[in-house]
Amino acid sequence: MSATADKVPTTTDLVTVMIDGLETHVEKGTLIIRAAEQVGIEIPRFCDHPALEPVAACRQCLVEVASPGPDGNLRAFPKPQPSCSMPVTEGMVVKTQYTSEEADRAQKGVMELLLINHPLDCPICDKGGECPLQNQAMSHGWDESRFVDTKRVFEKPLLLSSEILLDRERCIMCQRCTRFSQEIAGDAFIDLQNRGAMQQIGTFNEDVLGFDGYGPVGAAAEDESGNAFSSYYSGNTIQICPVGALTSAAYRFRSRPFDLVSSPGISEHDSSGSALRTDHRHGKILRRLADNDPVVNEDWITDKDRFAFTWQNQADRITQPLVRKDGELVEASWPEALAAAAAGLTAAIGKTGTPADSKAKGVGVLPGGRVTMEDAYAYSKFARLVLGTNDVDARTRCSSDEEQAFLGATVAGTGLGVTFAELEKAPTVLLVGFEPEDEGGVVFLRLKKSAGRQSVITVASHLTRGAQKLGATLVPTVPGHEARVLASLKGTNATYKELRQPGAVIVVGERAAGSAGTLTAVGALAKRTKAKVAWIPRRAGERGAVEAGALPGLLPGGRDAAAAAARGAVATAWGTSSLPQTPGRDADAVIAAAAAKALDALVIGGVDDSDLTGDLLKAVKTAKFTVSLEVRRTAVADAADVVLPVAPPSEKSGTFVNWEGRLRAFGTAIRTDAMSDHRVLDLLARQMGTDLGTATVDAVNAELASLGAAPAGHRPTVPAEPAPAASQKSTNVAGEMVLASWHQLVDEGALQDGEPHLAGTGRVAVARVSPATAQRLGLHGVVTVTGKRRGSIDLPLAVTEGMVDDVVWVPTKSPGSWVAHQLGVHPGQTVVVKGAAA
Amino acid sequence: MTDHTEEPPEAFTSNLPHPGGIGGVFVPVAGFGVTLRSFFRPTVTEQYPTTPANIQPRYHGRHQLNRYADGLEKCIGCELCAWACPADAIYVEGDSNTPDAQFSPGERYGRVYQINYLRCIFCGLCIEACPTRALTMNNEFELAGPTRAGLIYEKQDLLAPLEEGMLAAPHPMVEGTTDDDYYKGDVIRATEAQRAWVRANRPDDETLPENLPTREGHVPDARHGETGTPTPLGAKRFVSGTGGGV
Repeated sequence: MSATADKVPTTTDLVTVMIDGLETHVEKGTLIIRAAEQVGIEIPRFCDHPALEPVAACRQCLVEVASPGPDGNLRAFPKPQPSCSMPVTEGMVVKTQYTSEEADRAQKGVMELLLINHPLDCPICDKGGECPLQNQAMSHGWDESRFVDTKRVFEKPLLLSSEILLDRERCIMCQRCTRFSQEIAGDAFIDLQNRGAMQQIGTFNEDVLGFDGYGPVGAAAEDESGNAFSSYYSGNTIQICPVGALTSAAYRFRSRPFDLVSSPGISEHDSSGSALRTDHRHGKILRRLADNDPVVNEDWITDKDRFAFTWQNQADRITQPLVRKDGELVEASWPEALAAAAAGLTAAIGKTGTPADSKAKGVGVLPGGRVTMEDAYAYSKFARLVLGTNDVDARTRCSSDEEQAFLGATVAGTGLGVTFAELEKAPTVLLVGFEPEDEGGVVFLRLKKSAGRQSVITVASHLTRGAQKLGATLVPTVPGHEARVLASLKGTNATYKELRQPGAVIVVGERAAGSAGTLTAVGALAKRTKAKVAWIPRRAGERGAVEAGALPGLLPGGRDAAAAAARGAVATAWGTSSLPQTPGRDADAVIAAAAAKALDALVIGGVDDSDLTGDLLKAVKTAKFTVSLEVRRTAVADAADVVLPVAPPSEKSGTFVNWEGRLRAFGTAIRTDAMSDHRVLDLLARQMGTDLGTATVDAVNAELASLGAAPAGHRPTVPAEPAPAASQKSTNVAGEMVLASWHQLVDEGALQDGEPHLAGTGRVAVARVSPATAQRLGLHGVVTVTGKRRGSIDLPLAVTEGMVDDVVWVPTKSPGSWVAHQLGVHPGQTVVVKGAAA
Repeated sequence: MTDHTEEPPEAFTSNLPHPGGIGGVFVPVAGFGVTLRSFFRPTVTEQYPTTPANIQPRYHGRHQLNRYADGLEKCIGCELCAWACPADAIYVEGDSNTPDAQFSPGERYGRVYQINYLRCIFCGLCIEACPTRALTMNNEFELAGPTRAGLIYEKQDLLAPLEEGMLAAPHPMVEGTTDDDYYKGDVIRATEAQRAWVRANRPDDETLPENLPTREGHVPDARHGETGTPTPLGAKRFVSGTGGGV
């Protein structure tokens, strides 16, 4: 069964069944329990889950069934049958607990058995109040148990990971969690052990199975706590557990369901735009759950979506504007802070009306990749209309002009492109600079859903465990040489032939921007193969920023800032005579310019200086004036001259645009007086004498709608030929290698602060090299990776089979491995790897 | 309407009996009979507040959060009281006990416990809901104050006073016991190991025997130093001040 809404029934074979005297026609192969749901009859169940394969483990859904025999006469099954695993057949007659005394008795008997060893610790159980077992024991159980003996007890809780706790006493062996892990996430998890009354769910225990220690079920992977269990999706098992057997360390005993106010929302952690539910009490978020959205995240979210919400309520949250006075940031009123910010920016753009104006060098704007589309639009408009500059770039990662052309030509304003469903159904998926498990979140789960039916080919340095779970084929590629590899896919190449199948998809990640020519080569390959292209960035705000034109060369809707016609159209819509013509600088250039005093001021949104190879803090300190719009007191905010507090996503409304191009609007979960960036910028613009018109989400969306997508002539053009990749000049330094790197899903990103339990589920940082490379350089134990600038990082070596030679992979921002900050290089550039000094 | 003519009013005659003789003499003061009789009966007037009020044993007064006999709290922070409360007067936040801070037997305890006496209607549904008998009501009814905030009673205001043999939480559970043993009443007093733990972690704790304010003739009880093997206490122990609520 699938929860995908856009799955069209392929068969029109309908069968007629009678359920509790109600005749209904359902699709052939429908399970009895689903057919009953369709006519509004609820059969109690625990193990049944629409997204998981039927298993009939709990036996709670027993019903009386009769179907026509070979002679056409109705013949009843001798015993009640589990309705969750039996498909309907023509002429079947089903009697549920409502009409059959036998079914009712069977269900109540099963319930009594399930409750025999279930502790009555509902008062301290996190599930109490929202527990299917509790509810169904009330609705379908006997009032009293005949069981008077001692209940089975286990030591509890068992730590499956630093986040997931298991109470085996409460488990009713429904196997939802194990089936989720095997079918959906593909991670070896826990399983049933022992038989009969001593049957338990658990990690593999040497006493039970004769293992020589705790070993993982499948291929071993490293994780932080030394435990072999490591999954990015394990939080979903807590949500689908029908009893309180699986609980999270973060939410344990914190609250009860009836305390909580639930607000729907959209995850701010990745570009998938997963629907989630925020449960909060007295203005404090206590937990987040996956919401069912059949077209996007189905029933699942990543652990990062689920557990990483504490960052916004850390002690360093800013609630009052701050203004620098005598070298110190002090709290100020909004009018005072806005006046100070406006004065500083007005001076920087040379509009003060004093002789100093002639020396003004302008302002650079860095919105950061985590803001909503409305916020990005406000930054874009603020930069161009108020500050008169194109120096606005939301990309705080590796980026290029080629990427801008690619985004403007094929991504911005194109609406819904490749969808999750198309990705799932694609016969072939080519991954370029994209690691689904680490960078895609629920994208990985969609690909995993089709594993075995779909050919996944990844252009990468090595095959990760996540790619192995997808059954991916590796096209070994040295980072930076993707363009050449993609160009070679033609003629009789097997991958090329697979990509020519209708429905094939090329997924390109944000890292492709760091490898010259890749995006152009992707475009050319797509043209050759007629495959669709999906650009999947990592951060939630990236696509929205592209749509809103928060890039130096792009105006809203994919309009080319260099094209006079496009500029004219936007200028008319914004009620101004002209927009700035000077080509804008990208983020790295803005930082470099500010550091070289070529820019007077900076306006910075949610940018973490440690994500950047350039020295943002130095730029902030060098610039005459900096306005920071921040949620928390970051290093950038600390160095700024005026800090204006803005709302985190849970305290504002807005729209994230996910990688499909789907608008993922969300409302305010928790009402506070914190303002969103677009509102703050509107106030600031007003203070500077311009009406920005971005005071409300509705106003921004109305403007964006009236602007619409760019017509073909207003878009940037992609160069026809890939730019030649910069040849790696070997300096003949021993141990020089090309760096491969990406962010692991759970790492030390700023939005994962304050959640130690989640951090514990992240994978340890290792440096990966091929066996040949390790042998050639005599690498073992701990290695030191040194960049061209800044420092070095020491990481344990993981020799990886099948990896391309002379490439080293390290995680981008995991504990002890902050590549941008510590090495100052992007993937594709060279680093030096040496054995660590003893 | 019928015609009616003005008729002369009838003369008033009383329906009351007309005692004659000596009885007739007292007729004018018969109304004072009850008053006069009460002169010679015991007085029922309560001189509250100059004398204590006469409260019935099951009167629903202020709440109390009880303790087990070794001083651990009975409250597990389950919030069933808050759920049962029709006036939304109770606010609870649970948390995990840790080896360093064990407040109640088992895994969970009530970290925050507040009752807002401006809202409480003293219906007693909360104490019926309490699964561990942590919450009972005592007879204290003088719940008035000059501030709103002052009428929100916190956990420390509601916790039962420590009795002899009790140690202030947090401290570990009695060795070798589970929360079931506590619930069954098998734990009857704090053990030496618990006192040693408190001594090591909070040497100045006022509930340690050596820190108790010395009383006339008080000698630290030798029973406190016994092995710590819990033995069931035959009779149910009533915590003073809880009325009939335990």
